Amino acid sequence: MHNEIVMAGFGGQGVLLIGKMLAYAGMNAGNEVTWMPSYGPEMRGGTCNCTVVLSNHPIGSPISKRPHALIALNLPSLDKFEDAVRPGGIIVVNTSLINRLPKRTDVTVVPVPANEIAVELGSAKAANMVALGAFLGASGLVDEEGVEGVLVEAFPNRQKLIELNQKALRRGFEIGQAHAAAVAAG
Amino acid sequence: MAKKLMKGCEAIGEAAIHAGCRLFFGYPITPQNEIPEYMSARLPQVGGTFVQAESEVAASNMLYGAAGAGCRVFTSSSSPGISLMQEGLSYIAAAELPVVVVNIMRGGPGLGGILPSQSDYFQATKGGGHGDYRVLVLAPSTVQEAADLVIDAFDLADEYRNPVMILGDGLIGQMMEPVEFKKEIKPEDLPEKPWATTGRAGRQQNIINSLYLDPEQLEAHNWDLHRKYQRMAKEVGYEAFNTDGGCDVLIVAYGTVARIAKTAIDLAREKGLKIGLFRPITLYPYPSDALLKTAEGAKAVLVSELSTGQMVEDVRAAIAGRKPVHFYGRVGGMVMGPEDLVEQAEKLVAVPA
Repeated sequence: MHNEIVMAGFGGQGVLLIGKMLAYAGMNAGNEVTWMPSYGPEMRGGTCNCTVVLSNHPIGSPISKRPHALIALNLPSLDKFEDAVRPGGIIVVNTSLINRLPKRTDVTVVPVPANEIAVELGSAKAANMVALGAFLGASGLVDEEGVEGVLVEAFPNRQKLIELNQKALRRGFEIGQAHAAAVAAG
Repeated sequence: MAKKLMKGCEAIGEAAIHAGCRLFFGYPITPQNEIPEYMSARLPQVGGTFVQAESEVAASNMLYGAAGAGCRVFTSSSSPGISLMQEGLSYIAAAELPVVVVNIMRGGPGLGGILPSQSDYFQATKGGGHGDYRVLVLAPSTVQEAADLVIDAFDLADEYRNPVMILGDGLIGQMMEPVEFKKEIKPEDLPEKPWATTGRAGRQQNIINSLYLDPEQLEAHNWDLHRKYQRMAKEVGYEAFNTDGGCDVLIVAYGTVARIAKTAIDLAREKGLKIGLFRPITLYPYPSDALLKTAEGAKAVLVSELSTGQMVEDVRAAIAGRKPVHFYGRVGGMVMGPEDLVEQAEKLVAVPA
Protein backbone atom coordinates (compact mmCIF):
# COMPACT_ATOMS: atom_id res chain seq x y z
CA MET A 1 0.00 0.00 0.00
CA HIS A 2 1.35 3.37 -0.99
CA ASN A 3 -0.87 6.43 -1.38
CA GLU A 4 -0.05 10.03 -2.10
CA ILE A 5 -2.91 12.46 -1.51
CA VAL A 6 -2.95 16.19 -2.28
CA MET A 7 -5.43 18.43 -0.48
CA ALA A 8 -5.83 21.97 -1.76
CA GLY A 9 -7.99 25.04 -1.29
CA PHE A 10 -7.98 28.65 -0.12
CA GLY A 11 -6.03 29.59 2.98
CA GLY A 12 -8.51 29.27 5.86
CA GLN A 13 -10.51 26.36 4.45
CA GLY A 14 -8.75 23.95 6.77
CA VAL A 15 -6.76 22.09 4.15
CA LEU A 16 -3.73 21.61 6.39
CA LEU A 17 -5.94 20.39 9.23
CA ILE A 18 -7.64 17.62 7.24
CA GLY A 19 -4.21 16.61 5.97
CA LYS A 20 -2.96 16.32 9.53
CA MET A 21 -6.03 14.32 10.53
CA LEU A 22 -5.50 11.92 7.67
CA ALA A 23 -1.82 11.58 8.58
CA TYR A 24 -2.63 10.99 12.27
CA ALA A 25 -5.26 8.39 11.43
CA GLY A 26 -2.81 6.68 9.08
CA MET A 27 -0.11 6.67 11.74
CA ASN A 28 -2.50 5.30 14.38
CA ALA A 29 -3.43 2.52 11.95
CA GLY A 30 0.24 1.50 11.83
CA ASN A 31 1.29 3.08 8.54
CA GLU A 32 4.33 5.14 7.67
CA VAL A 33 3.15 8.70 7.08
CA THR A 34 4.42 12.09 5.97
CA TRP A 35 2.61 15.42 5.85
CA MET A 36 4.12 18.20 3.81
CA PRO A 37 2.57 21.67 3.52
CA SER A 38 3.18 24.09 0.68
CA TYR A 39 5.00 26.93 2.38
CA GLY A 40 5.76 29.25 -0.50
CA PRO A 41 4.96 32.94 -0.15
CA GLU A 42 1.18 33.39 -0.26
CA MET A 43 -1.15 36.27 0.50
CA ARG A 44 -4.08 35.98 2.88
CA GLY A 45 -6.86 34.17 1.04
CA GLY A 46 -4.34 32.71 -1.41
CA THR A 47 -4.05 29.06 -2.28
CA CYS A 48 -2.82 26.47 0.15
CA ASN A 49 -2.10 22.78 -0.20
CA CYS A 50 -0.52 19.85 1.53
CA THR A 51 0.55 16.37 0.55
CA VAL A 52 0.01 13.33 2.74
CA VAL A 53 1.74 10.06 1.97
CA LEU A 54 0.52 6.85 3.59
CA SER A 55 2.55 3.73 3.00
CA ASN A 56 3.37 0.36 4.44
CA HIS A 57 7.08 0.89 3.80
CA PRO A 58 9.42 3.80 4.60
CA ILE A 59 8.50 6.89 2.61
CA GLY A 60 11.04 8.46 0.29
CA SER A 61 9.78 11.68 -1.22
CA PRO A 62 7.15 13.49 0.88
CA ILE A 63 6.15 15.55 -2.15
CA SER A 64 4.28 14.11 -5.10
CA LYS A 65 4.23 15.01 -8.74
CA ARG A 66 1.77 12.19 -9.49
CA PRO A 67 -0.65 11.87 -6.55
CA HIS A 68 -3.13 9.01 -6.27
CA ALA A 69 -5.85 11.36 -5.10
CA LEU A 70 -6.80 15.03 -5.00
CA ILE A 71 -9.22 16.74 -2.65
CA ALA A 72 -10.00 20.06 -4.34
CA LEU A 73 -11.85 22.56 -2.18
CA ASN A 74 -11.77 25.40 -4.72
CA LEU A 75 -11.43 25.96 -8.46
CA PRO A 76 -7.77 27.07 -8.60
CA SER A 77 -6.86 23.82 -6.84
CA LEU A 78 -8.69 21.68 -9.37
CA ASP A 79 -7.13 23.68 -12.23
CA LYS A 80 -3.66 23.24 -10.75
CA PHE A 81 -3.67 19.56 -9.79
CA GLU A 82 -6.27 17.82 -11.99
CA ASP A 83 -3.80 16.72 -14.66
CA ALA A 84 -1.31 15.40 -12.13
CA VAL A 85 -3.60 12.75 -10.61
CA ARG A 86 -2.66 9.21 -11.61
CA PRO A 87 -5.02 7.27 -13.87
CA GLY A 88 -7.35 5.21 -11.70
CA GLY A 89 -7.06 7.79 -8.91
CA ILE A 90 -9.71 9.79 -7.09
CA ILE A 91 -10.65 13.45 -7.36
CA VAL A 92 -12.99 14.86 -4.71
CA VAL A 93 -14.57 18.05 -6.03
CA ASN A 94 -16.19 20.59 -3.73
CA THR A 95 -19.08 21.48 -6.03
CA SER A 96 -20.18 24.29 -3.68
CA LEU A 97 -17.25 26.38 -4.91
CA ILE A 98 -16.21 24.65 -8.13
CA ASN A 99 -18.51 25.22 -11.06
CA ARG A 100 -17.06 22.55 -13.32
CA LEU A 101 -16.31 18.85 -13.11
CA PRO A 102 -12.89 17.41 -13.94
CA LYS A 103 -12.21 16.76 -17.62
CA ARG A 104 -10.45 13.54 -16.74
CA THR A 105 -12.30 10.36 -17.59
CA ASP A 106 -9.70 7.92 -16.23
CA VAL A 107 -10.21 8.77 -12.55
CA THR A 108 -13.05 8.39 -10.06
CA VAL A 109 -14.66 11.79 -9.59
CA VAL A 110 -16.52 12.33 -6.33
CA PRO A 111 -18.61 15.53 -6.48
CA VAL A 112 -19.68 16.75 -3.05
CA PRO A 113 -21.38 20.06 -2.14
CA ALA A 114 -19.20 20.35 0.95
CA ASN A 115 -20.06 23.93 1.95
CA GLU A 116 -23.83 23.44 1.59
CA ILE A 117 -23.73 20.29 3.69
CA ALA A 118 -21.55 21.96 6.32
CA VAL A 119 -23.91 24.97 6.56
CA GLU A 120 -26.84 22.59 6.90
CA LEU A 121 -25.03 20.86 9.78
CA GLY A 122 -24.29 24.12 11.56
CA SER A 123 -21.13 25.75 10.24
CA ALA A 124 -19.58 26.36 6.82
CA LYS A 125 -16.21 25.85 8.49
CA ALA A 126 -16.78 22.10 8.55
CA ALA A 127 -16.75 21.88 4.72
CA ASN A 128 -13.21 20.50 4.89
CA MET A 129 -14.41 17.59 7.03
CA VAL A 130 -17.20 16.78 4.57
CA ALA A 131 -14.65 16.64 1.77
CA LEU A 132 -12.27 14.48 3.83
CA GLY A 133 -15.15 12.16 4.69
CA ALA A 134 -16.07 11.87 1.02
CA PHE A 135 -12.50 10.92 0.19
CA LEU A 136 -12.38 8.29 2.94
CA GLY A 137 -15.71 6.86 1.84
CA ALA A 138 -14.63 6.61 -1.78
CA SER A 139 -11.11 5.33 -1.14
CA GLY A 140 -11.56 3.11 1.91
CA LEU A 141 -7.99 4.13 2.76
CA VAL A 142 -8.39 4.74 6.48
CA ASP A 143 -11.53 3.75 8.32
CA GLU A 144 -13.83 6.52 9.38
CA GLU A 145 -13.68 5.63 13.09
CA GLY A 146 -9.91 6.08 12.95
CA VAL A 147 -10.32 9.65 11.74
CA GLU A 148 -13.10 10.35 14.23
CA GLY A 149 -10.75 9.23 16.99
CA VAL A 150 -8.26 11.82 15.82
CA LEU A 151 -10.96 14.52 16.12
CA VAL A 152 -11.12 13.90 19.83
CA GLU A 153 -7.35 14.41 20.05
CA ALA A 154 -7.43 17.46 17.76
CA PHE A 155 -10.12 19.30 19.74
CA PRO A 156 -9.68 18.27 23.37
CA ASN A 157 -12.62 19.34 25.56
CA ARG A 158 -14.43 20.94 22.65
CA GLN A 159 -17.42 18.62 22.59
CA LYS A 160 -19.55 20.80 20.32
CA LEU A 161 -16.80 21.11 17.74
CA ILE A 162 -16.12 17.38 17.86
CA GLU A 163 -19.80 16.59 17.29
CA LEU A 164 -20.15 19.02 14.39
CA ASN A 165 -17.01 17.69 12.72
CA GLN A 166 -18.06 14.09 13.32
CA LYS A 167 -21.38 14.74 11.63
CA ALA A 168 -19.63 16.44 8.73
CA LEU A 169 -17.19 13.56 8.33
CA ARG A 170 -20.01 10.99 8.41
CA ARG A 171 -22.12 12.81 5.84
CA GLY A 172 -19.14 13.10 3.55
CA PHE A 173 -18.24 9.46 4.16
CA GLU A 174 -21.73 8.27 3.17
CA ILE A 175 -21.65 10.31 -0.03
CA GLY A 176 -18.18 9.04 -0.95
CA GLN A 177 -19.06 5.44 -0.17
CA ALA A 178 -22.33 5.56 -2.12
CA HIS A 179 -20.54 7.17 -5.04
CA ALA A 180 -17.78 4.56 -5.09
CA ALA A 181 -20.38 1.76 -4.93
CA ALA A 182 -22.28 3.31 -7.84
CA VAL A 183 -19.09 3.58 -9.89
CA ALA A 184 -18.17 -0.03 -9.09
CA ALA A 185 -21.64 -1.17 -10.16
CA GLY A 186 -21.13 0.68 -13.46
CA MET B 1 6.60 7.53 24.86
CA ALA B 2 4.20 6.97 21.98
CA LYS B 3 4.97 8.27 18.53
CA LYS B 4 3.80 11.79 17.84
CA LEU B 5 3.30 13.47 14.51
CA MET B 6 5.58 16.51 14.50
CA LYS B 7 7.05 19.00 12.08
CA GLY B 8 10.80 18.65 11.68
CA CYS B 9 11.29 22.08 13.24
CA GLU B 10 9.17 21.22 16.29
CA ALA B 11 10.92 17.88 16.71
CA ILE B 12 14.28 19.66 16.66
CA GLY B 13 13.08 22.01 19.40
CA GLU B 14 11.69 19.21 21.55
CA ALA B 15 14.87 17.17 21.05
CA ALA B 16 16.95 20.07 22.38
CA ILE B 17 14.83 20.08 25.51
CA HIS B 18 15.24 16.30 25.81
CA ALA B 19 19.00 16.86 25.54
CA GLY B 20 18.86 19.04 28.64
CA CYS B 21 19.19 22.35 26.79
CA ARG B 22 17.37 25.21 28.49
CA LEU B 23 18.62 28.20 26.49
CA PHE B 24 17.71 29.42 23.04
CA PHE B 25 18.84 32.67 21.43
CA GLY B 26 17.74 33.40 17.91
CA TYR B 27 16.14 35.63 15.35
CA PRO B 28 13.23 34.63 13.11
CA ILE B 29 13.61 33.63 9.48
CA THR B 30 11.60 31.34 7.19
CA PRO B 31 11.59 28.31 6.84
CA GLN B 32 12.63 27.56 10.42
CA ASN B 33 10.36 29.89 12.43
CA GLU B 34 8.64 26.93 14.03
CA ILE B 35 11.84 26.26 16.01
CA PRO B 36 11.95 29.61 17.85
CA GLU B 37 8.16 29.57 18.07
CA TYR B 38 8.25 26.16 19.72
CA MET B 39 11.11 27.10 22.04
CA SER B 40 9.39 30.33 23.08
CA ALA B 41 6.43 28.27 24.28
CA ARG B 42 8.28 25.26 25.69
CA LEU B 43 11.33 26.75 27.42
CA PRO B 44 9.39 28.73 30.04
CA GLN B 45 7.49 25.51 30.89
CA VAL B 46 10.72 23.73 31.80
CA GLY B 47 12.45 26.61 33.58
CA GLY B 48 14.46 27.66 30.52
CA THR B 49 14.99 30.98 28.80
CA PHE B 50 14.10 32.03 25.29
CA VAL B 51 15.50 35.28 23.96
CA GLN B 52 14.62 36.78 20.62
CA ALA B 53 17.84 38.63 19.92
CA GLU B 54 18.04 41.93 18.06
CA SER B 55 19.94 40.22 15.23
CA GLU B 56 21.61 36.97 14.28
CA VAL B 57 25.01 38.51 15.08
CA ALA B 58 23.77 39.22 18.60
CA ALA B 59 22.26 35.74 18.94
CA SER B 60 25.54 34.05 18.04
CA ASN B 61 27.39 36.14 20.61
CA MET B 62 24.77 35.31 23.26
CA LEU B 63 25.54 31.68 22.43
CA TYR B 64 29.23 32.42 22.98
CA GLY B 65 28.52 33.82 26.43
CA ALA B 66 26.14 31.09 27.56
CA ALA B 67 28.41 28.30 26.31
CA GLY B 68 31.35 29.94 28.09
CA ALA B 69 29.32 29.83 31.29
CA GLY B 70 28.97 26.07 30.80
CA CYS B 71 25.32 25.93 29.71
CA ARG B 72 23.87 23.77 26.97
CA VAL B 73 22.65 26.29 24.42
CA PHE B 74 21.44 26.30 20.86
CA THR B 75 20.20 28.48 18.07
CA SER B 76 18.58 27.94 14.72
CA SER B 77 18.35 29.99 11.59
CA SER B 78 18.26 29.68 7.83
CA SER B 79 20.95 30.44 5.29
CA PRO B 80 21.20 34.28 5.32
CA GLY B 81 20.84 34.26 9.09
CA ILE B 82 23.57 31.61 9.45
CA SER B 83 25.88 33.85 7.41
CA LEU B 84 25.30 36.62 9.94
CA MET B 85 26.13 34.23 12.78
CA GLN B 86 29.53 33.35 11.41
CA GLU B 87 31.30 35.99 13.51
CA GLY B 88 30.16 34.36 16.74
CA LEU B 89 30.72 30.84 15.42
CA SER B 90 34.33 31.58 14.49
CA TYR B 91 34.98 32.97 17.99
CA ILE B 92 33.19 30.01 19.58
CA ALA B 93 35.26 27.54 17.55
CA ALA B 94 38.44 29.43 18.50
CA ALA B 95 37.51 29.49 22.19
CA GLU B 96 36.54 25.79 21.98
CA LEU B 97 33.01 26.05 23.28
CA PRO B 98 30.16 23.58 22.78
CA VAL B 99 27.12 24.96 20.96
CA VAL B 100 24.51 23.48 18.66
CA VAL B 101 23.44 25.41 15.57
CA VAL B 102 20.62 24.36 13.29
CA ASN B 103 20.61 25.57 9.68
CA ILE B 104 17.36 24.91 7.83
CA MET B 105 18.71 25.84 4.43
CA ARG B 106 16.84 27.92 1.86
CA GLY B 107 17.76 28.93 -1.65
CA GLY B 108 20.51 31.53 -2.04
CA PRO B 109 22.79 33.37 -2.53
CA GLY B 110 21.74 36.63 -0.94
CA LEU B 111 18.23 36.66 0.43
CA GLY B 112 17.40 34.04 -2.22
CA GLY B 113 14.09 32.33 -1.57
CA ILE B 114 12.44 30.35 1.20
CA LEU B 115 12.16 26.94 -0.45
CA PRO B 116 14.42 23.91 0.23
CA SER B 117 18.04 24.01 -0.82
CA GLN B 118 21.38 22.43 0.04
CA SER B 119 23.54 25.29 -1.12
CA ASP B 120 25.24 25.96 2.23
CA TYR B 121 27.28 22.74 2.14
CA PHE B 122 30.56 24.56 1.57
CA GLN B 123 29.82 27.08 4.32
CA ALA B 124 28.88 24.35 6.79
CA THR B 125 31.67 21.86 6.11
CA LYS B 126 34.65 24.08 5.32
CA GLY B 127 34.50 26.32 8.37
CA GLY B 128 31.97 29.01 7.53
CA GLY B 129 33.51 32.05 9.15
CA HIS B 130 37.08 33.32 9.10
CA GLY B 131 40.02 31.31 10.35
CA ASP B 132 41.18 27.75 10.20
CA TYR B 133 38.38 25.85 11.91
CA ARG B 134 35.71 23.25 11.33
CA VAL B 135 32.32 22.48 12.82
CA LEU B 136 30.96 18.97 13.06
CA VAL B 137 28.03 18.75 10.62
CA LEU B 138 25.13 16.29 10.84
CA ALA B 139 22.56 15.93 8.05
CA PRO B 140 19.24 14.28 8.95
CA SER B 141 16.95 12.92 6.28
CA THR B 142 13.88 12.16 8.39
CA VAL B 143 12.13 13.96 11.24
CA GLN B 144 13.03 11.10 13.59
CA GLU B 145 16.66 11.33 12.58
CA ALA B 146 16.60 15.11 13.04
CA ALA B 147 15.43 14.59 16.62
CA ASP B 148 18.00 11.86 17.31
CA LEU B 149 20.86 13.87 15.80
CA VAL B 150 19.99 16.98 17.80
CA ILE B 151 20.37 14.97 21.01
CA ASP B 152 23.65 13.49 19.73
CA ALA B 153 24.78 16.97 18.67
CA PHE B 154 24.74 18.27 22.25
CA ASP B 155 26.82 15.31 23.45
CA LEU B 156 29.29 15.69 20.57
CA ALA B 157 29.57 19.44 21.15
CA ASP B 158 30.43 18.81 24.80
CA GLU B 159 32.84 16.00 24.00
CA TYR B 160 34.85 18.01 21.46
CA ARG B 161 34.11 21.46 22.90
CA ASN B 162 33.18 22.52 19.41
CA PRO B 163 30.17 23.85 17.52
CA VAL B 164 28.00 21.13 15.99
CA MET B 165 25.71 22.04 13.13
CA ILE B 166 22.52 20.28 12.09
CA LEU B 167 22.18 20.88 8.37
CA GLY B 168 18.62 20.42 7.15
CA ASP B 169 16.49 22.15 4.58
CA GLY B 170 12.99 23.56 4.31
CA LEU B 171 11.57 20.17 3.49
CA ILE B 172 12.97 18.47 6.60
CA GLY B 173 11.90 21.46 8.70
CA GLN B 174 8.35 21.76 7.41
CA MET B 175 7.44 18.10 6.95
CA MET B 176 5.53 16.19 9.62
CA GLU B 177 6.46 12.61 10.40
CA PRO B 178 5.99 10.34 13.39
CA VAL B 179 8.69 10.86 15.98
CA GLU B 180 9.52 9.49 19.37
CA PHE B 181 12.01 10.70 21.93
CA LYS B 182 14.03 7.83 23.24
CA LYS B 183 15.85 9.49 26.11
CA GLU B 184 15.55 12.52 28.31
CA ILE B 185 18.51 14.16 29.95
CA LYS B 186 17.95 16.43 32.94
CA PRO B 187 20.18 19.54 32.96
CA GLU B 188 21.27 18.75 36.54
CA ASP B 189 22.54 15.31 35.44
CA LEU B 190 24.89 16.72 32.79
CA PRO B 191 28.63 16.25 33.40
CA GLU B 192 30.53 19.13 35.03
CA LYS B 193 32.42 21.52 32.77
CA PRO B 194 35.49 22.42 34.86
CA TRP B 195 36.71 24.87 32.22
CA ALA B 196 33.57 27.04 32.32
CA THR B 197 33.49 30.58 33.70
CA THR B 198 31.11 29.96 36.55
CA GLY B 199 32.64 32.25 39.20
CA ARG B 200 36.18 31.89 40.48
CA ALA B 201 35.49 31.11 44.14
CA GLY B 202 37.79 28.39 45.44
CA ARG B 203 39.58 27.54 42.20
CA GLN B 204 41.99 28.73 39.55
CA GLN B 205 40.74 31.38 37.14
CA ASN B 206 39.18 30.06 33.92
CA ILE B 207 39.70 32.22 30.87
CA ILE B 208 37.74 31.98 27.64
CA ASN B 209 39.36 33.87 24.82
CA SER B 210 40.08 33.76 21.11
CA LEU B 211 42.84 36.40 21.00
CA TYR B 212 46.42 35.14 20.65
CA LEU B 213 48.76 38.00 19.75
CA ASP B 214 51.84 35.79 20.09
CA PRO B 215 52.19 34.00 16.74
CA GLU B 216 53.93 30.99 18.30
CA GLN B 217 51.03 30.53 20.70
CA LEU B 218 48.48 31.01 17.93
CA GLU B 219 50.26 28.51 15.72
CA ALA B 220 50.23 25.96 18.54
CA HIS B 221 46.54 26.68 19.13
CA ASN B 222 45.74 26.22 15.43
CA TRP B 223 47.51 22.85 15.34
CA ASP B 224 45.72 21.82 18.54
CA LEU B 225 42.41 22.61 16.86
CA HIS B 226 43.51 20.74 13.76
CA ARG B 227 44.34 17.61 15.80
CA LYS B 228 40.94 17.85 17.43
CA TYR B 229 39.23 17.90 14.04
CA GLN B 230 41.24 14.84 13.05
CA ARG B 231 40.09 13.06 16.21
CA MET B 232 36.49 13.79 15.15
CA ALA B 233 37.03 11.45 12.19
CA LYS B 234 35.88 8.56 14.36
CA GLU B 235 32.39 10.09 14.47
CA VAL B 236 31.72 9.48 10.75
CA GLY B 237 28.20 8.33 10.05
CA TYR B 238 26.64 7.10 6.83
CA GLU B 239 24.06 4.71 5.44
CA ALA B 240 24.67 2.43 2.46
CA PHE B 241 21.38 1.29 0.98
CA ASN B 242 20.78 -1.35 -1.72
CA THR B 243 24.52 -1.62 -2.37
CA ASP B 244 25.15 -5.26 -1.41
CA GLY B 245 26.51 -7.15 -4.38
CA GLY B 246 27.26 -3.93 -6.27
CA CYS B 247 24.97 -1.71 -8.32
CA ASP B 248 24.67 -0.13 -11.74
CA VAL B 249 24.63 3.41 -10.42
CA LEU B 250 25.54 4.56 -6.93
CA ILE B 251 23.72 7.75 -5.98
CA VAL B 252 25.48 9.82 -3.34
CA ALA B 253 23.07 12.19 -1.62
CA TYR B 254 22.26 13.51 1.84
CA GLY B 255 19.20 14.83 3.63
CA THR B 256 16.14 15.42 1.48
CA VAL B 257 17.71 14.23 -1.77
CA ALA B 258 18.63 10.90 -0.15
CA ARG B 259 14.95 10.28 0.64
CA ILE B 260 13.99 11.00 -2.94
CA ALA B 261 16.76 8.65 -4.08
CA LYS B 262 15.21 5.84 -2.03
CA THR B 263 11.98 6.20 -3.99
CA ALA B 264 14.07 6.29 -7.18
CA ILE B 265 15.61 2.95 -6.17
CA ASP B 266 12.15 1.36 -6.12
CA LEU B 267 11.19 2.90 -9.47
CA ALA B 268 14.45 1.77 -11.07
CA ARG B 269 14.03 -1.77 -9.76
CA GLU B 270 10.81 -2.06 -11.78
CA LYS B 271 12.86 -1.15 -14.85
CA GLY B 272 15.59 -3.68 -14.11
CA LEU B 273 18.13 -1.04 -13.11
CA LYS B 274 19.90 -1.40 -9.79
CA ILE B 275 20.52 1.91 -8.06
CA GLY B 276 22.38 1.99 -4.76
CA LEU B 277 22.50 4.89 -2.32
CA PHE B 278 25.33 6.15 -0.20
CA ARG B 279 24.01 8.68 2.29
CA PRO B 280 26.50 10.58 4.45
CA ILE B 281 25.00 11.41 7.84
CA THR B 282 28.07 13.33 8.97
CA LEU B 283 29.10 15.86 6.32
CA TYR B 284 32.12 16.86 8.39
CA PRO B 285 33.87 14.55 9.10
CA TYR B 286 33.08 13.15 5.63
CA PRO B 287 32.80 9.35 5.35
CA SER B 288 35.35 9.22 2.50
CA ASP B 289 36.76 5.74 3.19
CA ALA B 290 33.35 4.10 3.39
CA LEU B 291 32.25 5.91 0.24
CA LEU B 292 35.27 4.73 -1.72
CA LYS B 293 34.67 1.16 -0.59
CA THR B 294 30.98 1.30 -1.54
CA ALA B 295 31.74 2.94 -4.89
CA GLU B 296 34.08 0.08 -5.83
CA GLY B 297 31.01 -2.08 -6.43
CA ALA B 298 29.31 0.48 -8.67
CA LYS B 299 29.63 0.98 -12.40
CA ALA B 300 29.08 4.73 -12.10
CA VAL B 301 28.61 7.29 -9.35
CA LEU B 302 25.94 9.98 -9.50
CA VAL B 303 26.05 12.77 -6.93
CA SER B 304 22.77 14.61 -6.53
CA GLU B 305 22.26 17.76 -4.50
CA LEU B 306 20.00 20.77 -4.23
CA SER B 307 22.94 22.90 -5.34
CA THR B 308 25.00 23.41 -8.48
CA GLY B 309 27.59 20.99 -7.08
CA GLN B 310 29.19 21.30 -3.66
CA MET B 311 29.38 17.91 -1.93
CA VAL B 312 30.41 16.49 -5.31
CA GLU B 313 33.89 17.93 -4.62
CA ASP B 314 34.25 15.78 -1.49
CA VAL B 315 32.97 12.77 -3.41
CA ARG B 316 35.52 13.33 -6.18
CA ALA B 317 38.27 13.72 -3.58
CA ALA B 318 37.21 10.46 -1.89
CA ILE B 319 36.96 8.47 -5.12
CA ALA B 320 40.14 10.01 -6.51
CA GLY B 321 39.45 9.23 -10.14
CA ARG B 322 38.79 5.52 -9.64
CA LYS B 323 35.21 5.77 -10.92
CA PRO B 324 33.47 8.28 -13.15
CA VAL B 325 31.60 10.75 -10.92
CA HIS B 326 28.60 12.53 -12.43
CA PHE B 327 26.46 15.29 -11.01
CA TYR B 328 22.80 16.20 -11.12
CA GLY B 329 21.41 19.15 -9.16
CA ARG B 330 18.32 21.33 -8.83
CA VAL B 331 18.50 24.77 -7.27
CA GLY B 332 16.53 27.83 -6.27
CA GLY B 333 14.02 25.86 -4.21
CA MET B 334 13.20 23.40 -7.01
CA VAL B 335 13.34 19.77 -5.87
CA MET B 336 13.94 16.84 -8.19
CA GLY B 337 11.45 13.98 -8.28
CA PRO B 338 12.43 10.32 -8.05
CA GLU B 339 11.67 9.98 -11.79
CA ASP B 340 14.34 12.61 -12.54
CA LEU B 341 16.97 10.62 -10.63
CA VAL B 342 16.02 7.43 -12.46
CA GLU B 343 16.29 9.26 -15.79
CA GLN B 344 19.76 10.56 -14.89
CA ALA B 345 20.85 7.09 -13.79
CA GLU B 346 19.52 5.52 -16.99
CA LYS B 347 21.63 7.94 -19.06
CA LEU B 348 24.75 6.71 -17.28
CA VAL B 349 24.18 3.06 -18.06
CA ALA B 350 22.92 3.54 -21.61
CA VAL B 351 25.28 1.74 -23.97
CA PRO B 352 26.41 4.07 -26.77
CA ALA B 353 25.16 2.84 -30.15
